[in-house]
Amino acid sequence: MSLLDVTGLTIRYGNTTVVDGIDLFVDRGESVGLVGESGSGKSQSALAILGLLPRQARVGGRIEFDGRSLLDAGEEALDTIRARRIGMVFQDPMQALNPYLRIGRQLRQVLLAHGLAGAGDADARVLAMLERVGLPDPERQFRAWPHELSGGMRQRVMIASALIAQPDLLIADEPTTALDVTVQAQILDMLEAIRDDTALLLITHDLGIVAGHCEHMIVLDEGRLVDQGPTTSLFSSPGSPHTRRLISAAPRVDRGDPPPPVTSATRLSVGDAVVEYGRLRAVAGASFAVREGETVAVVGESGSGKSSLVRAVLGLVPLASGRVVYAGETLEGPVQRRPQARRRDLQLVFQDPMSALNPQMRVQAIVAEPLLVNEPTMAAAARRERVAGILERVGLDESLLRRFPHELSGGQAQRVAIARALILDPKVLICDEAVAALDGSIRKQVLDLLREVQRDTGLSIVFISHDLAVVRSLSHRVLVMYMGRVVEVADCATLFDQARHPYTRALIDSVPVPDPVVAPKPAPLRGEVSSLLHPPPGCVFHPRCPKAEAICSNRAPTLRDVGGTRVACHLVN
Amino acid sequence: MTRTIKVSATFLLTIALVAVAGPWLSPHDYVATNFDRLLAAPGLGDMHLFGTDDLGRDLFVRTMLGVRVTLIVAIVASLVSLVIGVAYGAVAGFVGGRVDAVMMRFVDTLYALPFIFFVILLMVAFERNFLLIFVAIGAINWLDMARIVRGQTLSLREREFVEAAKLAGVGTPRIILRHIAPNLIGIVVVYVTLTIPQAILVESFLSFLGLGVQEPQTSLGALVNSGLGQMEGASWMLLIPAALLAAILMAFNFLGDGLRDLFDARQGP
Amino acid sequence: MLRYTLLRILGAIPTLLLVIALAFLMVHAAPGGPFDDERAWSPEIEANFKAKYNLDAPLPQQFVHYIGGLLRGDFGPSLRYVDRSVSELIGNAFPYSLQLGALAMALALVVGVGAGTLAALRQDTLLDRTVMGFAMTGISIPVFVIAPVLILLFAVKLGWLPAGWSGTAGAGRYVLPVITLALPQIAYIARLTRASMIDVLGRDFIRTARAQGLGTATIVRVHALKPAMLPVLSYMGPAIAAILTGSVVVEEVFGIPGLGQFFVRGALNRDYTLVLGIVIFYAALIVALNLVVDILYGVIDPRVRYR
Repeated sequence: MSLLDVTGLTIRYGNTTVVDGIDLFVDRGESVGLVGESGSGKSQSALAILGLLPRQARVGGRIEFDGRSLLDAGEEALDTIRARRIGMVFQDPMQALNPYLRIGRQLRQVLLAHGLAGAGDADARVLAMLERVGLPDPERQFRAWPHELSGGMRQRVMIASALIAQPDLLIADEPTTALDVTVQAQILDMLEAIRDDTALLLITHDLGIVAGHCEHMIVLDEGRLVDQGPTTSLFSSPGSPHTRRLISAAPRVDRGDPPPPVTSATRLSVGDAVVEYGRLRAVAGASFAVREGETVAVVGESGSGKSSLVRAVLGLVPLASGRVVYAGETLEGPVQRRPQARRRDLQLVFQDPMSALNPQMRVQAIVAEPLLVNEPTMAAAARRERVAGILERVGLDESLLRRFPHELSGGQAQRVAIARALILDPKVLICDEAVAALDGSIRKQVLDLLREVQRDTGLSIVFISHDLAVVRSLSHRVLVMYMGRVVEVADCATLFDQARHPYTRALIDSVPVPDPVVAPKPAPLRGEVSSLLHPPPGCVFHPRCPKAEAICSNRAPTLRDVGGTRVACHLVN
Repeated sequence: MTRTIKVSATFLLTIALVAVAGPWLSPHDYVATNFDRLLAAPGLGDMHLFGTDDLGRDLFVRTMLGVRVTLIVAIVASLVSLVIGVAYGAVAGFVGGRVDAVMMRFVDTLYALPFIFFVILLMVAFERNFLLIFVAIGAINWLDMARIVRGQTLSLREREFVEAAKLAGVGTPRIILRHIAPNLIGIVVVYVTLTIPQAILVESFLSFLGLGVQEPQTSLGALVNSGLGQMEGASWMLLIPAALLAAILMAFNFLGDGLRDLFDARQGP
Repeated sequence: MLRYTLLRILGAIPTLLLVIALAFLMVHAAPGGPFDDERAWSPEIEANFKAKYNLDAPLPQQFVHYIGGLLRGDFGPSLRYVDRSVSELIGNAFPYSLQLGALAMALALVVGVGAGTLAALRQDTLLDRTVMGFAMTGISIPVFVIAPVLILLFAVKLGWLPAGWSGTAGAGRYVLPVITLALPQIAYIARLTRASMIDVLGRDFIRTARAQGLGTATIVRVHALKPAMLPVLSYMGPAIAAILTGSVVVEEVFGIPGLGQFFVRGALNRDYTLVLGIVIFYAALIVALNLVVDILYGVIDPRVRYR
């Protein structure tokens, strides 16, 4: 008999069915991946198991845990199961931990509530648990407030609180989605190491994580179960077309053919850019150039300064020093003071299309506004035609013109944002995590669109991303940043095949590969990014670097040419 | 939720209409005394709908006069918080930086003052003056609005669609007009409605203490005060103006709450 | 935390000075104002007054003189109560107001927070709607309406409680004034508590606590109450001001010899020094209590201390 046995689970809100009759089994000690895109119902199903859905939800079907029905159990009966038999880890540890309580108190409360410890011995058990999840200096973290911990540390605390009552099943809902990829690798390793014979139900959109960490997988699509089976067999022969599409749309960091380098003229160059916010130095001297028709990817984890760098290039934040040259002209000052003719050539696409579109304007007005301002003499009819044309170009139906942004799907909204950016025929398009919020299949379509526009118009693209797998399929060149510094620049193929900087190597090795045949590599890096307010001396990467030597903590390396790559590391020859 | 808005708006419009037309239709005027009918109970006799007071003056006309004062206060309050509050808050929020810090420090300081006592002090220092009441109400009223508009503007200014507009070459006037202002309207309407009851309370409080509207003019607060003296024998003198005042305040509160719910729902999750 | 507290205290000083300056200027610079008053005073008052106020000196010097007096707790003599100083009057009257205000505030907090929390936990039930209906009525009825209506009902019609203060003794005479003062604040606090409790109960960390099987009582007590009280705490400043304002009416209506009654009498009698003194006293009280609230805020929310 399965430990967890869910059959015919349905979840409704009013007349909307979000989960429609799914079955799900987890055996003792087993790890099961629950996979799907946003809106597939995976998180809703997980919450339903522990009775955590909002009151408005109507849940049907059968949920049995260890022979007991959870669906008919009252709150009090559920409280004896929660944490004690089934632990749960949520996605965003900043939101999921109580900001008003010290860490120790939050964990202690779990033990006390289930009578697992008395007031006297609870603290000792909490400290032991904090140590197990790899928190350095547990005594100090015990008294810390959540906001004093880094994202990775908080997620370790979250996991500690879910495992402290030694449950039989751990449900983890996108446990690493909010984290940097090198930290994600650490957390996944830690989870594997300490869960012992606790069964794991892992909810994720990332096929790489499932491939590396789950024996069994279940695929959901729009509230329905479309596939289930052992992970290896589902990957090699997916049962449904949806699963096949998911797997083929998942980008792989370990293979793929990057576009060949371009040799056209330089269009935009940035020299020694420095961006400061008060005492915080977000970008500490970065240089790069983009050629006509070239895509340059800027990659790095949070705090790498990649967004600040391009925002300074566009004049959205001030450049403390350094310069930006576009088409032989220096661009200076904030964007409002730049000449109109130059402004229109550089456009930006944001990560979150919903906040990038004015909620009070219709699609027609949003897309037409740049034209209205830059070509005021254009006739209304001609303008409408241009808008219709660009909409068609980005693959949107004209019927959307009268819609407001909140009436669009995420993918549609991002296309509208791209249409607005492209309507002035810019020469450089900067995409700041422009596909990070999109699901796999839609992401692929948007990337194809960008490639197509570039092929047709010679557009230069600066593609900012934390996702190396996406970068690999798209870019001509890649710039790797760490703590505001460029650590490596190379052609895409060179970078992925022979990364020279230890950080680049670690970044590539941390990305989970959506293929169960490829065994996941152990987390290559320790710790997390240092504070930008107090950067370490010498090479800023040395506290985390597996190869660091004495020189690394004394002298900051500069970018130099090493066999076709520019790299900033003392140890590379 | 929309029903709340409809009901309270209808009520307020009706009251306003009666307050404007009522005294004009009534055979009585607000100062004429009728010594034959002192403290007459409400009824249709002699058309003293709300009865008469201890001087034999018609209470319907006087009460409607009081309602007029209340509604004028409401209008003045909303105008002041609209003009000063929105302008002040929008400038602080849009300019930001040091200007914002100084402007908001000023608002915070004013906020900490016990305003009503200052108003009374003013009433004492200067002769009692109807205009002063409006100055006083204005001085209190725009603070909330300024804070709210400033906060909203500050967050709108940082929103990505404003950056996108700047990148597309849209100038500051058009950004304010097309991108900031339309996103402020909802919250402004809600808070205008919610500050009105507070203004009405200030005026009626002063008039109740005898520091506001002076005889023979009257206001709901003053009427409640004179009703207080007669409450054992002629409770209508107290209860009718008191109930009307409460009803008007409640209608504005319900309207504000309703509008806020509507606005929150529109903003979406 | 110490740094935060010190900064807060330093921040309150300019506010207080501004209040005093503003009040002082209003009285002294008013055209045809009090100190140009031609009305006859008794000679001893006049002499006393001139000496106290340094009236022939320029305004800034008078102000410095006044502040000097304030620092020694000297608000000057009353213009209408012969032989009484303002400090003396305030000293005699304030204890009544303090008792009333403190009792009303305590009642408002206990009942308001309790009712608001209950309504939030039973959201959209009959109980919730009843509580919120009462609260809406409560915020819409001015204190000066509540007071006479309560008297009419409980003192005049039912005869359960005394309507006035003088001639009665014991706890009974506190009941109606305290309830009158507290009712609007109960309503505000209940509404605030309900809204913020609903907001907090919807946050992710509450879902975490539920997933930990803590049970509703523990969740509310350990996890939700502190953050849900923050908006209520922010409201304490305005609430204190509202209770002081309300006490003016309540003392007048119930005939309680508190500060509010002296204030109204002073205002109607044009006793400038008394009114000025009471305004400054009230202002200092409000600034001081706001300071306490600010510091408490820092105690509850660990994040604001670092700002």
